[in-house]
Amino acid sequence: MKAVITVLGNDRIGILAKMANICADHQINILDVDQTIVDNLFTMTMIVDTEKMEMTLADFAIEMDEEGKRSGLVIKVMHRDIFDSMHRI
Amino acid sequence: MNDIRVNEILETIEMIDKECLDIRTITMGISLLDCADSDIRKSCQKIENKIMRLAKDLVKTGEDISLTYGIPVINKRISVTPISMLLAVSGGDPVEYALTLERCAINLGIDFIGGYSALVQKGFSAGDRALIESIPEALARTEHICASVNIGSTKAGINLDAVKLMGEIVKKAATITKERDSLGAAKLVVLCNAPEDNPFMAGAFHGVGEPDVEIHVGVSGPGVVRAVLAKADKNLPMNEIAELVKKTAFKITRMGQLVIKVASERLNVPAGIIDLSLAPTPARGDSVAEILEEMGLASCGAYGTTACLAMLNDAVKKGGVMAAQSVGGLSGSFIPVSEDAGMIRATRNKTLGLEKLEAMTAVCSVGLDMVIVPGDTSANIIAGVIADEAAIGMVNSKTTAVRIIPAIGKKEGDHVNFGGLLGKGDVMGINMTSNDIFVNRGGRIPSPLQALKN
Repeated sequence: MKAVITVLGNDRIGILAKMANICADHQINILDVDQTIVDNLFTMTMIVDTEKMEMTLADFAIEMDEEGKRSGLVIKVMHRDIFDSMHRI
Repeated sequence: MNDIRVNEILETIEMIDKECLDIRTITMGISLLDCADSDIRKSCQKIENKIMRLAKDLVKTGEDISLTYGIPVINKRISVTPISMLLAVSGGDPVEYALTLERCAINLGIDFIGGYSALVQKGFSAGDRALIESIPEALARTEHICASVNIGSTKAGINLDAVKLMGEIVKKAATITKERDSLGAAKLVVLCNAPEDNPFMAGAFHGVGEPDVEIHVGVSGPGVVRAVLAKADKNLPMNEIAELVKKTAFKITRMGQLVIKVASERLNVPAGIIDLSLAPTPARGDSVAEILEEMGLASCGAYGTTACLAMLNDAVKKGGVMAAQSVGGLSGSFIPVSEDAGMIRATRNKTLGLEKLEAMTAVCSVGLDMVIVPGDTSANIIAGVIADEAAIGMVNSKTTAVRIIPAIGKKEGDHVNFGGLLGKGDVMGINMTSNDIFVNRGGRIPSPLQALKN
């Protein structure tokens, strides 16, 4: 299953590293990363493969939401199908 | 980026986070026909068993979908066979049914159950009158139950005896809940051409032609449409504005299609319909009135409002219909006054009155919805409002509805607050000119020529 992780927040050192570590801890394979910084606002989108993850995507989404709150970022995890269904026929 | 572009990802997230895009409801339609029993206690027990069995995972599934896909699923609801049909078999006190459904809603964590209903467009049959007369008490003694009565259709005409009765019932439902801003009347809708697969409240019920159980999804998203139009050039011709609405409705509905597919698979219940309605909420920016204003009106209610709404209602359908496998319910644009921040403002500023609202109902997808009028509005005046709405629906072969709240003890300009999705608003002025002789005539308005299509 593929999912999209998005991270929004103030830019600082180590955001990408942190996200990569979390993914590795959960056996999540990162397929693609894109990041931009506009007016110091960090925006990162990752496409990941969660095939080997042991928890459900819903539980992972809750964990990431809490992680985001702890670190002052907005972290969203969404099943990739939502984007495919909205933007592709 | 792996063929989905970053800007598309961010567009979807912005729709959800900033523009109030949501799945308004996943509604499970459940037939109760096999629960009918000549003993009302057995009938209620069978209903409870069936609903608890079929809907046990509904709330959890809705929440799981919400978390997995990152799209809020606001309400989880149930619609059931019109209870008047069960009452016809069982007799007894109809409120027992309401209390049974209420118990199911509480135990399952369901937001609303619709179907405390009767269909009397051509006349009353067994159970109908008793059910209708019990509606005020049923709504006062429950929190999660919605009632509806269909009093007219293009095929049958308008049942004026039922119209008069519903004027009285609306008034009574408001009166016995006057301590709660007459909330009872906010959970009661009087319909013409009621759809049998509608997932939206208060008019949801599970029609007799529907399967035993099915899942419907109601999508929303006035905020998304408003945001798209806000970015559009003010000189863009209306046909191009219509294109923008269509494209946006398409995207919103595709999301609904995904949700109905996943919900249907997870619950192992056949997918019914997607209702692609723009359903406003009192939240800032999530307003149908503000869409009309983005088209170029200083306020909803200005001349041009009906034209803009007609285009909006049509474009939403055109955009949505290709995105969904099966479209049904009300599908179009709602205009519930107390649930729409822009309409609340327009009624307060007196740029929007009941007469203009009535005109708007000729081109919107429902009717006079969540309209608050003075508490001393007579039952016959309310009946007159219902008759006029039903006439618009009957002649135009469309659904029309009246959900009107005579706010007992309040006068024009006073404030009323229902809370939650039902919203708040000011009491509107209403034309109190007598219609007593007309309403008291009763009988039926025969079906119009439009009915003779065979």
